[in-house]
Amino acid sequence: MSDAPVIETVGLTKKYGEFTAVKDLNLEVQAGEIFGLLGPNGSGKTTTILMLLGLTEPTRGVARVLGFDPTRQPLQVKARVGYLPDQVGFYDELTARENLIYTAKLNGLPRPEAHARIEEALERVGLQEVADKRVGTFSFGMRHRLGVADILIKRPQVIIMDEPTQGLDPQGAREFLHLIRGLKGEGITILLSSHLLHQVQEICDRVGLFHRGTLRLVGTVPELGRKVLGKAYRIRLQAQGDPEALAEALRAIPGVTEVRMPGAESYEVDAEEDLRPEAAEAVVRAGGRLMGLEVETQSLDVIYNRYFQEVEHEAIH
Amino acid sequence: MKPSTERKREGSPWTGLWAVVGKEMADHLTSARMQILEALIVLTAGGTVYAAIQNLKTTIGQDRFIFLKLFTTAKDPLPAFVGFLGFLVPLIAIALAFDTINGEFNRRTMSRLLAQPIYRDALLLGKFLGGLFTQALVYAAIWLLIIGLGLIGLGVPPNGEEVIRMVWLLLATIVYGGIWQALAMIFSIKFRQPATAALSALAMWLFFLVFWDMLVGILAQVISPVRYGLPEEQIRFIQTGLALSRISPNTLYTEIIVALTQPAVRSLGLVLPSQWQGAILGTPLPWEQSVMLIWPHLTGLIAATLLLFAAAYVMFQRREVRA
Ligand SMILES: Nc1ncnc2c1ncn2[C@@H]1O[C@H](COP(=O)(O)OP(=O)(O)OP(=O)(O)O)[C@@H](O)[C@H]1O
Ligand SMILES: [Mg+2]
Repeated sequence: MSDAPVIETVGLTKKYGEFTAVKDLNLEVQAGEIFGLLGPNGSGKTTTILMLLGLTEPTRGVARVLGFDPTRQPLQVKARVGYLPDQVGFYDELTARENLIYTAKLNGLPRPEAHARIEEALERVGLQEVADKRVGTFSFGMRHRLGVADILIKRPQVIIMDEPTQGLDPQGAREFLHLIRGLKGEGITILLSSHLLHQVQEICDRVGLFHRGTLRLVGTVPELGRKVLGKAYRIRLQAQGDPEALAEALRAIPGVTEVRMPGAESYEVDAEEDLRPEAAEAVVRAGGRLMGLEVETQSLDVIYNRYFQEVEHEAIH
Repeated sequence: MKPSTERKREGSPWTGLWAVVGKEMADHLTSARMQILEALIVLTAGGTVYAAIQNLKTTIGQDRFIFLKLFTTAKDPLPAFVGFLGFLVPLIAIALAFDTINGEFNRRTMSRLLAQPIYRDALLLGKFLGGLFTQALVYAAIWLLIIGLGLIGLGVPPNGEEVIRMVWLLLATIVYGGIWQALAMIFSIKFRQPATAALSALAMWLFFLVFWDMLVGILAQVISPVRYGLPEEQIRFIQTGLALSRISPNTLYTEIIVALTQPAVRSLGLVLPSQWQGAILGTPLPWEQSVMLIWPHLTGLIAATLLLFAAAYVMFQRREVRA
């Protein structure tokens, strides 16, 4: 495959009447990546996804998925892209297998091929035992897994999922994330939207933050951390010894931008890199007794909340 | 990356059509709703035809068109089978179509369906054809049942002329079902609630079945009033009334039934004495001429169905997947 991005949009815009749901979106997702779309409710994630699939027509701008234009070549796109909508429905009166057979037929798969793929997909999501039960009897989690099986049938090169882990129990969510990693391992490019930030952080290579229809920030989680929090790492120390001397020693480490003392015998060090060894050494050199040392992981939760606080703050002023 | 100047869609709009048709037919033929209606129409056919046979037994051998009479002979208290068809067919068509589109939305299968490599064209046409083929299958089975009962009850086979007329009647019945199906389909796109869609379609059905004929009298009086009782005035009044009443698919279908099952009928409109020239009263028309008589009716029904389908198509294309 070439190096061209698998998903690419330029100036993609969707208006509903006067309301702009997605504004001038420029997005690139590379082959084999897991990309997460984040943003508050109504910020345009689902609209973006629908435009990428040719399910709704952009007002302006262009999209390319695997080099195809979803507006003009929707069949090409939809034959190669699996879509798991935020609310997946099935025909309750049909069995799981019958539902999948319909999908296979719509994809024009020849019968033996369809049969093989259905068995494989059912096994992969762990539904082979209930394959011949009516979907009406299925629990939410089982329907969700059937939804995944449904997209696996077409052996997609790209999978787009809208809030895929919503409503799953912790065990189910873990299994699902495991499955997604497996798919990535097969070279499938994945785009997903979610509100569950720790899960996004766990599996996404890069994320994009939407705010009122605009993609405001794109990058890996540490990159976003640097942009939003203004520093890369925060190291927490607990140490006994002369506070002044210890703070001074910590400040002297190259790469440290700030040192604070939030409480007795505790220090917070902002640094450009993970300077834990250097910090430990500095404390010992300055005659202190190091009691605890940890680096605050850059949680997407913190980044997200901080970013949207700032945005709201800006909006007010 | 440049925006494509070409607006044309790529790929056949009918990709996946037959998959949809197959699914729809399988759904319809196994649904409880359809089984109830099938039972109803079988009972109706059985009952009316049995009653007709009792009446017709005495005239075997005297009547060239005794098989056609199976459809049209009434025996108190039962009306003739064709009398039932006029309102059973719309009922079946509406039952098949009132939740075609909104059903997919309500089951949340629409976005999954449209994410498959098919155009909306194929989905809509596939759903329409699936319903229409189901109707064709059911009516054909009923026709065979009636012919079978006739063979047993009357002990004579139908002649070629009768068979051809019965086939035309079957075709016309399917076309008549098609127009109601297209109408119900429009409501299934327009209304989110299947119950609303079903009631709207049934309201249209009742309107044409019961109220239209009453309205026609009033409207004709307004458009072509009879002021002085002149013959021209009266002819114009009757012709206006006829034209108006033919807006109703029920009228068209009833006239088709009359022309096909009663070979002696030479005209479906107002017949002036001048038009009787050269016609021998009471001699049956060959089937070709009866078909010529109903040709405008058939094409009218088909054209109206196409218009309704086109309207449904436009509405469905504009519909947001999330709506
Ligand atoms: N058919 C429509 N007509 C008018 N406005 C619409 C339509 N569909 C979506 N919108 C609006 O577009 C905006 C973006 O909606 P979208 O569903 O893309 O948000 P989202 O990011 O997916 O939100 P959520 O996290 O709640 O799923 C919303 O404000 C919504 O009200
Ligand atoms: Mg959404």
